[in-house]
Amino acid sequence: MSFDNAYESLLGHEDAHWAFGTGFAEALVGVNREFPSTVDRADIAAYCLMLGDDALIMAQRLAEWCSRAPELEEDIALSNIALDLLGQARLLLTRAGEVLERDEDSLAFLRDEREFRNVHLVEIDCGPGPGGDFGTTIARLLVFSSWRLALFSRLRGSADPVLAAIAEKGLKELAYHRDHAAQWAVRLGDGTDESHRRMQAGLERVWPFVDELFLAHPVEAKLSGVAVPSAELRSEVEGVLEAVFSASGLTRPADVPTARVAGMAGRDGVHTEAMGFLLAEMQHLHRSLPGATW
Amino acid sequence: MTTALEIASRVRDPELPVLTLADLGVLRSVSESSDGSVVVTITPTYTGCPALDEMGADLRRSLVAAGYSSVEVRTALSPAWTTDWITDEGRRKLQEAGIAPPSKLGPQAVGPVPLNLTPPSRRVLCPRCSSPRTEEVSRFGSTACKALRRCADCLEPFEHVKEI
Repeated sequence: MSFDNAYESLLGHEDAHWAFGTGFAEALVGVNREFPSTVDRADIAAYCLMLGDDALIMAQRLAEWCSRAPELEEDIALSNIALDLLGQARLLLTRAGEVLERDEDSLAFLRDEREFRNVHLVEIDCGPGPGGDFGTTIARLLVFSSWRLALFSRLRGSADPVLAAIAEKGLKELAYHRDHAAQWAVRLGDGTDESHRRMQAGLERVWPFVDELFLAHPVEAKLSGVAVPSAELRSEVEGVLEAVFSASGLTRPADVPTARVAGMAGRDGVHTEAMGFLLAEMQHLHRSLPGATW
Repeated sequence: MTTALEIASRVRDPELPVLTLADLGVLRSVSESSDGSVVVTITPTYTGCPALDEMGADLRRSLVAAGYSSVEVRTALSPAWTTDWITDEGRRKLQEAGIAPPSKLGPQAVGPVPLNLTPPSRRVLCPRCSSPRTEEVSRFGSTACKALRRCADCLEPFEHVKEI
């Protein structure tokens, strides 16, 4: 059998076995999707958008490292972590979309910057662009996965069955991501002078965005039993980070209060200057060719 | 006549084709109604596993080919899949294919997840020469569920289905 191109030889006459392109089934098909009766569905949607956007934007940033990491194994690692987070984002945006009557693609690709509810930590440029390097990306991944792991371990008890199931499923993935980042932080922090310097610089770069992770959001109070109060997470996350710092010789940077505009930050749709560029790249194809499939 | 369960149990995993979906533990249930309609429930290994859609499509195709006209594939997120669900038969097939199977973790403690600052020292035998002297080369492999290791005795690299 001869083929004109490599794709054809892979596919033969049957492409149903291959997972690529568009046309995936909706992420929550067949899952029990009852909403708890004690809270407003709109609040659940708002909360799912926050957690979904965190994962989506973090996945986009991690995917930027594909083919640009220091070694091939790290290309694969960061892309795999991105894929796990993208999976979490699909589930969470689909859940939000049940209330908002929009599908996951429309939420990911057709919202403008002010409609995104992610924290600033996930959107800033930590490399491979000019905003950082591998050490900075590891610093962000360490903080992000430590925080999200603490959040998901509590979210397992949520009164919303979908949130509880997403948390239970995502927990082990996040534990693996956190261990990966922590082991790199120790290797770099306790390595050469240069690796230590760059790992420490990475921490200094991301630290101003840590405080926002623990700010209470009004929707959490309205979702008693469903959402996790952000302030509750601080001591567990700090304990994990301290353990990494003491094993690696890294120094905890000085705390910086969350930068806000008129009292608003990422959860309110007010983002840093990096966000517009990120969305331009992420949404370009979908907006240029509406409904494109391949 | 072959039951829907038997047909569904033979469908292979798209990314680890040495295993059936039943071996992998992702096939949760197959229920057949008196009117001949079938509901199959599967569970994702990893949240972002791109193979989940293919699994559903393969199941549907096999059942339709066997004469079941109404097939619904559902996803169960909870309880979450763990590598402990890979059957003993599945572990044997992985081993034969040169992929080190995961060790069994047993019930997991509830509460805060412990931080591992060094890779956990698991006893992973080389699937080629059975040497216990193997080391992790990369924590992430060609698919979400595998890591890459190397044997210090026969020097062959091999894949390991990592424990989650």
